[in-house]
Amino acid sequence: MSYIKKPSAKHPRLPKNQLGLTRRDYEGALSTLCAGCGHDSVSSAIIEACFNLSIPAHKLAKLSGIGCSSKTPTYFLNKSHGFNSVHGRMPSVATGANLANRDLFYLGVSGDGDTASIGLGQFCHIIRRRLNMLYVVDNNGTYGLTKGQFSATNDKDSKSKKGEDNLFESIDLAALAIQLGAGFVARSFSGDKEQLVPLMTAALKYKGFSFIDVISPCVTFNNHIQSTKSYQYFREHNEALGFLDVIPDKEEIKIQYDEGTSTEVEIHDGSRMVLHKLDKNHDPYDKSNSLSMLNNHQADGTVVTGLIYLDKNEMDLHDTINSNQTPLNALSEKDLCPGSKGLDFVNKNFS
Amino acid sequence: MTKINDFVVKFANVNGSGSASANLMFAKSIFRMGIPVTPKNIFPSNIQGLPTWFEVRISKDGYAARRDGIDCFITLNPQTYQSDMKEILPGGYLIYDNTMERKFSRKNINYIGIPMAKICSDNYDDPRQRQLFKNIVCLGALAVLLKIDIKIIENLIKEDFEKKPKLIPPNIQALHLGRDYALNNLDTDLDISVKKIRTSKKKILIQGNEAAGLGCVYGGATVAGWYPITPSTSLVEAFQKYVNIFRVNDKNEINAGIVQAEDELSAVGMAIGANWNGARAFTATSGPGVSLMSEFLGLAYFAEIPLVLFNIQRGGPSTGMPTRTQQSDILSCAYASHGDTKHILLFPSDPKECFEMAAQSFDLAEILQTPIIVMSDLDIGMNDWVVDPLKWDDKTKYNRGKVLNKKNLDDLVNWGRYLDVDGDGIPYRTLPGTHESKGSYFTRGTSHDAFAGYTEDGRINAENMMRITKKFKKSLKYLPRSIKKKAKEETGIGIIYFGSTACAIDEANDILESQGYNIDLLRIRSFPFGRGISSFIDDHEHIIVMEQNRDAQMRSLLINELNKNSSNIHSILNFDGSPVTADYIVKEYLNLLKGNEAMLKSSKTKKTAA
Repeated sequence: MSYIKKPSAKHPRLPKNQLGLTRRDYEGALSTLCAGCGHDSVSSAIIEACFNLSIPAHKLAKLSGIGCSSKTPTYFLNKSHGFNSVHGRMPSVATGANLANRDLFYLGVSGDGDTASIGLGQFCHIIRRRLNMLYVVDNNGTYGLTKGQFSATNDKDSKSKKGEDNLFESIDLAALAIQLGAGFVARSFSGDKEQLVPLMTAALKYKGFSFIDVISPCVTFNNHIQSTKSYQYFREHNEALGFLDVIPDKEEIKIQYDEGTSTEVEIHDGSRMVLHKLDKNHDPYDKSNSLSMLNNHQADGTVVTGLIYLDKNEMDLHDTINSNQTPLNALSEKDLCPGSKGLDFVNKNFS
Repeated sequence: MTKINDFVVKFANVNGSGSASANLMFAKSIFRMGIPVTPKNIFPSNIQGLPTWFEVRISKDGYAARRDGIDCFITLNPQTYQSDMKEILPGGYLIYDNTMERKFSRKNINYIGIPMAKICSDNYDDPRQRQLFKNIVCLGALAVLLKIDIKIIENLIKEDFEKKPKLIPPNIQALHLGRDYALNNLDTDLDISVKKIRTSKKKILIQGNEAAGLGCVYGGATVAGWYPITPSTSLVEAFQKYVNIFRVNDKNEINAGIVQAEDELSAVGMAIGANWNGARAFTATSGPGVSLMSEFLGLAYFAEIPLVLFNIQRGGPSTGMPTRTQQSDILSCAYASHGDTKHILLFPSDPKECFEMAAQSFDLAEILQTPIIVMSDLDIGMNDWVVDPLKWDDKTKYNRGKVLNKKNLDDLVNWGRYLDVDGDGIPYRTLPGTHESKGSYFTRGTSHDAFAGYTEDGRINAENMMRITKKFKKSLKYLPRSIKKKAKEETGIGIIYFGSTACAIDEANDILESQGYNIDLLRIRSFPFGRGISSFIDDHEHIIVMEQNRDAQMRSLLINELNKNSSNIHSILNFDGSPVTADYIVKEYLNLLKGNEAMLKSSKTKKTAA
């Protein structure tokens, strides 16, 4: 994928995080996506979340498939290893990578074509496995790189730029994720940094499969008046469920909130998520409630954003298969090879 | 003529009737008498109710190939009586259950009726037991008829049911019921029998997939992504079994991650992701799986990610013959994926080599940073073979290839993921999480420069492709070499072969040699082909490539890759799904000579200096 190198000059008074790094240290190459592309805002939110959490960039692996969204890992965290795999297959590569080393953060960036069409099978199964990762979909309802075909998340009857109707039902990736066992499911909007950054921060800390469906309009092919994935449509039909704060361990709670509308959850690493609810009827810990809420809103044409579902029971694939706490890629011959003694046992069994 | 330790016994059963374990006990009891056996399981792609056969060749000379012509056929499947009977050699034996009267038409064979169903219904109440114990009753009678040491079978029963000791006494009772029936009612003086061979050479009886799964444990594999497909499934099951035995740490945690994937694409994706992240990982599949994995194989090839893939070949094309054997994925694996791709192939010829090559393949994959495809097949993978005991040198250290650690990176100034620093085409790689500021890069399937940056500069892409070609050629020094066997006298004819047909070739060569034919042999063990193979072709006036596919794929690969003249390279092909017999090779060889005067001359006379 194309990229442009960035100059490395830094302003001396840029704010620093706990590692003494500035936001610039979390940036990547200059984006070559279209000017105004929502995906670039998602990349900025990723940079912001990683900066806030003081994640050492080399302890995060960024993976993607194929498409505009999958190009974006070049545009953030250039100190991280990245893997641009094949179309729709990022989940399997992420599964293998995570099996090899459970100690890294895994961030997958995909698109609606990559996830909801060619990669739908892999998406479903990585959720079932509860792989410990944050999976972000830059969802614009269209195939950008091949110039504007409908994707499977495009709403039925939403029109293409040329005025053609989308004839088929859309796939709601967030609903699918909840159904299949994702522990953290959110939806947001690329233009809403206030909401997106805390969601990403919380999702990165969550142990298990976190999914954020980010509506990210395609300025070139799907931002016209008749599209339901345009900036305008979104702003007119958005209904936020609430907003989220992440409070690191032992830090005093400074944020003001209405007690009656807020809940607090401890994350496995000791920090806390505080959810400020706008929609009092929505209980994000109730799976069936979350699903019916999504259905109801889809029926009335609104796009709900915020934290949709949260499973307080954090667990991942390694817990399920009971693998060594030490990363498997750090084990030596001594741990792995049973030696000639082991063969004595085997040979005896087969003689 | 009495045949001692040299005959073929075949069982015809209905699948799902519990015959498999009794049949294997039959083969193993003879093996434990020191006599080489080759059991072949011929089974349908089905769970219950269809015909299945189990063929055991007993060969004091150690010939491990199948042999046509059955000396003793135990026909317990009424569906196949008539056709089974035709396979029996004149003077041979047909053993059947005569609880119900049966009529047989052949005159020149002997019939031995044993009322197996009646014996079982007289002695057992449980209908399931009545069915299962028929096989054991039969085994007891066979022990008497063929002079098998019944104590050995008793021990095998005890070992088999070690974890369900309640089942030992009724099984032994059934065995004795069969034995006693034979002693009291049958003429036990048969023309075929076994006789203990005292030997100091220890052997084991093991399946290739079992050995390969174990080889993965020894080779240090920690991650396996897999999808069930016959005949590869038992390889991953064996890996899982030995992980449970050898890889549990003192906190009861497992030193491996095995995940059953949703399909073959995901299975190979996992193996690639894990290798990228520094674990040794593999997947196992068969032809249809390789087709699905092809896109990912191209990625691993081009992005230079280690990968071990086992292809347990079966009959193709398409779904083909899932439970029969072939060597018909040679070209689809050598050139798997779109664009210019070539892959390293290993060709084990028996379970021992499956173990060795499995373990070795993880070193090769990491040294060469590319997929290694181990080309086994159903015959090796799912049948029991007599081989030397497996060996491991405790001094073995894994060769992890060119991986930079934190200190290496601290000292480096200008690292490029795809830079050819050493001139061998093999670049240096880094693993995620190693260094806070150095060594990160973007792994991609798009065209890239030496620093892993995206490029659309065709010249740079071509240079990179040529470096990968160089790496491929340099891989020869790490790969298992071909094995040659010279004829007694100098000859102009050479046979090239590989994999599971090795045993049939060896036997065919002995037969032909006894008839005065001189043939040099070369067994291919890896691809790309080394100079030894090229000169072997050059040094013979006529080359015959023996393989188990229709299109002479190995022959094509040899001609194409070594740039040889095709006119003097002939084929012997067997692709009916059964492992080839020595007799078939001999017949086809003589047919080739018949049609070719020059060949006939080269085979019987000394090669003249040109």
